[in-house]
Amino acid sequence: MLIWEVSTLLNMMHIEKSFNIGTINEKKVLNDLSLTINDGDFITVIGGNGAGKSTMLNTIAGVYKVDGGRILLDGQDITYKSETDRAQYIGRVFQDPMMGTAPTMMIEENLAMAYRRTKKRGLGWGISAKEREIYRQALAQLGLGLEDRMSTKVGLLSGGQRQAVTLLMATLQKPKLLLLDEHTAALDPATSAKVLELSDKIIKENNLTALMVTHNMQNAIDYGNRLVMMNGGRIILDISGEEKKRLTIEDLLKKFESVSGGKFTTDSVLLG
Amino acid sequence: MITTATLISGLAQGLIWAIMTLGVYITFRILDIADLTVEGSFPLGAAVTAVLINGGMHPVLAVFMAILAGCAAGLVTGIFHTIFKIPAILSGILTMIALYSVNIRIMSDKATVAIVQPSVKKLMQNLLPEGTPSNTISIVLGVIVCLAIVALLYYFFGTEIGCAVRATGSNQNMARSLGVRTDRIIILGLMISNALVALSGSLIAQLDYGSALVTMGQGTIVIGLASVIIGEVIFIRKDRNFAIKLIAIIAGAIIYRTIIACALTFSFLKATDLKIITAIIVSIALALPVIKQSIAERKLRAENAKRFETEFLNADMGGEHVA
Ligand SMILES: Nc1ncnc2c1ncn2[C@@H]1O[C@H](COP(=O)(O)OP(=O)(O)OP(=O)(O)O)[C@@H](O)[C@H]1O
Ligand SMILES: [Mg+2]
Repeated sequence: MLIWEVSTLLNMMHIEKSFNIGTINEKKVLNDLSLTINDGDFITVIGGNGAGKSTMLNTIAGVYKVDGGRILLDGQDITYKSETDRAQYIGRVFQDPMMGTAPTMMIEENLAMAYRRTKKRGLGWGISAKEREIYRQALAQLGLGLEDRMSTKVGLLSGGQRQAVTLLMATLQKPKLLLLDEHTAALDPATSAKVLELSDKIIKENNLTALMVTHNMQNAIDYGNRLVMMNGGRIILDISGEEKKRLTIEDLLKKFESVSGGKFTTDSVLLG
Repeated sequence: MITTATLISGLAQGLIWAIMTLGVYITFRILDIADLTVEGSFPLGAAVTAVLINGGMHPVLAVFMAILAGCAAGLVTGIFHTIFKIPAILSGILTMIALYSVNIRIMSDKATVAIVQPSVKKLMQNLLPEGTPSNTISIVLGVIVCLAIVALLYYFFGTEIGCAVRATGSNQNMARSLGVRTDRIIILGLMISNALVALSGSLIAQLDYGSALVTMGQGTIVIGLASVIIGEVIFIRKDRNFAIKLIAIIAGAIIYRTIIACALTFSFLKATDLKIITAIIVSIALALPVIKQSIAERKLRAENAKRFETEFLNADMGGEHVA
């Protein structure tokens, strides 16, 4: 029997996930992973390449079905729900700026697609004049001047602009959970910082619950109220509150070594 | 000799073939799939219509059945592609091959079925003044049907579901992450496309051939692509309104038919050369962007080389800058 804390939003219990099952390439990627996300949590996720961070996010979003364990969202078992069913609860921004938007459609059409994330699509108009005003205001908040270019094809935007639009799309209809997978990794340092600030602002203003994967340890420390570290397909460290605020990169590296018994696997976590 | 009659026949045929071209446009440009099902669904539309009309069905109803048959063909390809994950091209080829047998079955083991009962053409003849030439009938009907389809497609692709189709063709990953059931959407797109192709086949059989031929689908995809590309190259600047794009595609089909009609008036060409002419047109049109770019690049390089010689080389050799 499950006893629910009022504030639990997502509960991942003993998740198992392997790829290429039944072949010589079989690889266990999530190994008895458990994680409880509370309502309003902004969790940063770190871990070396191949630790299973993206896979964890993808199992939450329903891109991959798990082999074992249970995922509950708001008390509802979503373990075997499809990606499209879960889309109404989950907003996502990907590492690749190309992945989150339709390049051949206008900015406003992309936003209109996102505006309908939570509802069933029918034969009503795909975009209305009233919505355009909503989009104009939302775009204005990005501070990129995109509100004056709403009928520009998204394919003509830069990577940073596209990530900003994708971020807006993911949050236009308030998601129960926002998943950010290294969503600033492909951007130059200045743009990356800007998009990160924007993410933080949107998350705070809308009281979103979010999971953000990053390879930048300083960012992982600076943003959010909770930090988890992954290694070998499970969570090996979970720090929140005051303890997280006092964290330094050295602390994290030391903790990693003591918990995992090895060196951190990538240089990129240090370099940024 | 190219005469007005040639041009008018190009227009008449082009308008009916344009319906097929609009179908190809939906898969090729909007869904980003080259769907070979059309080679089978085109004669399928003709076969269904011919057999049903000869069996006594009202021609309009027979046309409607042809449209449904086209939908079914698209559905099969869609299931192959989305549920069984067979690559789109191969899915289309499988349905196309299967339809060859199906079409012959429908036509009771004959390669040709002449339409002997009154067809849509007869209905039109009754409506229009007596003695209206055959081409004029095709043009009148073609214009009406094409405009109706443009209006329908314009409306449909502006709806929520229509936008989902466009988004799926543009970025499936994004569409799925926004809750679009992309598999169903792709199937829907293939059904609409093949419905149009079957409608085109049905009307060609009634207005032009007067019969259904099992071989009439050969080259349909290439003809469709040729028309789409001609329409785009000639009429479409970047951000045109969708309705204008569709009309440009229709114009492309008309121009293609007219080119073919004109080409066939040259005495050194035979009707069987039609296919190679089509292949040449399509390859040129598809290669055009690459050729254009390579010419522009070469030009720029030549200019820069000249500038390099006059400005930098002289200065560097002149001694002033040499340390
Ligand atoms: N679709 C897949 N098929 C097979 N193996 C996969 C697949 N996706 C991920 N893997 C494997 O699972 C492991 C974990 O991958 P994952 O992408 O989750 O790591 P990550 O922590 O996000 O790493 P990175 O920091 O490099 O993004 C890797 O070894 C990867 O090769
Ligand atoms: Mg990853």
